[in-house]
Amino acid sequence: MSSEEASMTKTTESTEQEAPQGAISDFGIDTTSQSTGEAIRDYWARVRGGELGSLPALLGLVVLLIVFSALSDTFFTLGNLANLLQQGASITIIAMGLVFVLLLGEIDLSAGTASGVTASVMALHLIHNGNLLGGMGDTVFYVFCGLLVLAIVLAVVMKIWAGAALSAVALVIAAVGIPANAWLEMLLAVCVGAAIGCITGFLVAKVGIPSFVVTLALFLVWGGVVLQLIGQGGTLGLRDDTIFNVANGNLNFVGSWALFVIAVGGYAAVVLTRHFSRLRRGLVAQPTTLVLTKIGALAVLAAIITYALSLNRAPSNLVVIEGVPYVVPLVLVLLVIGTFVLDRTSYGRHVYAVGGNKEAARRAGINVERIRMSVFVIASSAAAIGAIVYSSKVGSVDPNAGGGNTLLLSVGAAVIGGTSLFGGKGRLRDAVIGGAVLAIIQNGMGLLKQPAAVVFIVTGLVLLLAASVDALSRRRAATAAR
Amino acid sequence: MSEPILELRGINKSFGPVHVLHDIDLVVNPGEVTALVGDNGAGKSTLVKCIAGIHPTDSGEVLFNGQPVQIRGPRDAADLGIEVVYQDLALADNLDIVQNMFLGRERTKAGLLDETDMEQAARKTLASLSVRTVKSVRTQVSSLSGGQRQTVAIAKAVLWNSKVVLLDEPTAALGVAQTRQVLDLVRRLAEQGLGVVLISHNMNDVFEVADRIACLYLGRMAAVVSSKEVTHGQVVELITAGRSGDLGIARPEAATI
Ligand SMILES: Nc1ncnc2c1ncn2[C@@H]1O[C@H](COP(=O)(O)OP(=O)(O)OP(=O)(O)O)[C@@H](O)[C@H]1O
Ligand SMILES: [Mg+2]
Repeated sequence: MSSEEASMTKTTESTEQEAPQGAISDFGIDTTSQSTGEAIRDYWARVRGGELGSLPALLGLVVLLIVFSALSDTFFTLGNLANLLQQGASITIIAMGLVFVLLLGEIDLSAGTASGVTASVMALHLIHNGNLLGGMGDTVFYVFCGLLVLAIVLAVVMKIWAGAALSAVALVIAAVGIPANAWLEMLLAVCVGAAIGCITGFLVAKVGIPSFVVTLALFLVWGGVVLQLIGQGGTLGLRDDTIFNVANGNLNFVGSWALFVIAVGGYAAVVLTRHFSRLRRGLVAQPTTLVLTKIGALAVLAAIITYALSLNRAPSNLVVIEGVPYVVPLVLVLLVIGTFVLDRTSYGRHVYAVGGNKEAARRAGINVERIRMSVFVIASSAAAIGAIVYSSKVGSVDPNAGGGNTLLLSVGAAVIGGTSLFGGKGRLRDAVIGGAVLAIIQNGMGLLKQPAAVVFIVTGLVLLLAASVDALSRRRAATAAR
Repeated sequence: MSEPILELRGINKSFGPVHVLHDIDLVVNPGEVTALVGDNGAGKSTLVKCIAGIHPTDSGEVLFNGQPVQIRGPRDAADLGIEVVYQDLALADNLDIVQNMFLGRERTKAGLLDETDMEQAARKTLASLSVRTVKSVRTQVSSLSGGQRQTVAIAKAVLWNSKVVLLDEPTAALGVAQTRQVLDLVRRLAEQGLGVVLISHNMNDVFEVADRIACLYLGRMAAVVSSKEVTHGQVVELITAGRSGDLGIARPEAATI
């Protein structure tokens, strides 16, 4: 016994002396550079262990593309594919914002109707040439300003400076009555969205009402507000070229290829810098050939898409429609910024931590309430951007704006893409992939002249399927561990 | 004898009607291991959480380096140099080992997370604890065994240049060799001049590493004794009855929660 103990102490000492070398032998996987085969096996092992990520949705996407292309002549045409991008953009953008909320295991049921409010305010500002007081009527306008002030106060109390600043900008725009300008209106919409998020977030994070209840109540409230702002049966037309172009315009030829260069070049730069910095410091990295292959594949795919979209896709000879739709760079920019925030900043790390284990995050000194409030600000702001896109697409705002299925489809997009409703797991690109799946289903079924009933049922079943995959993969991960 | 690094005076803590800690006095000296022992529910974890700023105290004073301090949250405690290994470990399952170890105190470069730097630092610390069975520091915590998690939680606490380390049953889930490592580490931390508080139910461990033993009995500090001057039996009596010979609370039967 005592000799055993002595030998044990000896091992301790020796490891300690050669700690730096010990580090290398102890974490084998971390230091031996992987071969391509190993990297693929590693990935496969993780998939089998239940870390599916967006794999099921990607497979679904491919299957749907093939099925609809086979069933419909018009589906796989340039005109329709570009149209598809424009149809799916708003849901995708709202879903990206919702990913932040879902990462905390919360839900925002009010994102849809809240987006409707921002769209209505935007339209009122445009139509009444900046005179919101006249557009809304006295009482409504003062309540509106009061709520903006409230949002500022709440954001300041919780030290959410961005939320406070955006709400303040909304207040200034509303109060000063600057004449209509498309860019100003869009800014106003986003700022009103942020203010709405401040109120929702405060009720959830500080007052402590479950997000389901808060946002269910606000879903009704904002729906009513939209009706109040627009009036029963009314429609606010958005007669402005800039706003119209957001969802309907295209980059010109040069712009399309510039986007290609920036997107692919930027991706390659980020991935390669990271890759070589890890190699330099002797940390585990994927094999260089695999990294280069990935970048190459992406470049080829992006080039094909850019080339295809820069061809004329007009159905008649009278007009020319060509170029990458504006919504593509818009979604890309939001995706890149959001992913960057989630993956590369402390804030993003804290969002994941709070979603994974709230108490652990609190004990690590993270201001949990602030994180919880902030995600609602992000979600509502993103919803406002989504609102700009869908209003632009139809060219008007009606009392049903953001109502109906907007919210459910957005949540569905995030979940279908692989975001977990249980919190802590999900990425922004999930929303994009999920958004694409839903857009294809809606578009494809429409082309096949399926009645609305069938479209709803199929969409619902796909969502159910995605949620089951999430639940099952969690079970799998739980049994794989330990 | 050196001045205490951490001193508690008359700490009281209630959860609603339940009075969990009664007038706790405790001194933690630098370079010493203070064992905190007591039966289940005696209030050991609660005391640790009060020091860590997780629970606000109802009354009492905390002195750090002789200065009265207000610890309002975990951040305050960490800023003073107090690190805690919690009994329930407090790790985020969905994050990997490195991310957990630096949680709340991420290293950044130009505002962005400096992953490579954190990964290297984490690996060094883990290697010094001889975590052999973990293949990669990028393993998600959800896929670690109980003992591996515990080691990660301990590594998380010793990663920082702290002055006081509180370990709440750090060896509860560990195997023989790993327990050895932790006990050695506890001694090593004390030799480096840190104040160490070790909570444990294992009397052998306690007597092996502790300089002083503080016995909690139903939320009261029954006695603080030098480990050289008492026997196992006396400590067990203090734990179970609050009293042993002329040590302990005068009338333990009057003590209520
Ligand atoms: N958050 C809480 N709310 C209410 N009561 C609590 C809370 N935390 C602890 N208690 C009570 O405080 C008392 C002390 O608990 P504590 O966890 O400090 O015991 P302990 O000494 O650490 O026990 P163990 O050895 O089992 O870990 C128990 O009676 C417990 O029920
Ligand atoms: Mg305890």
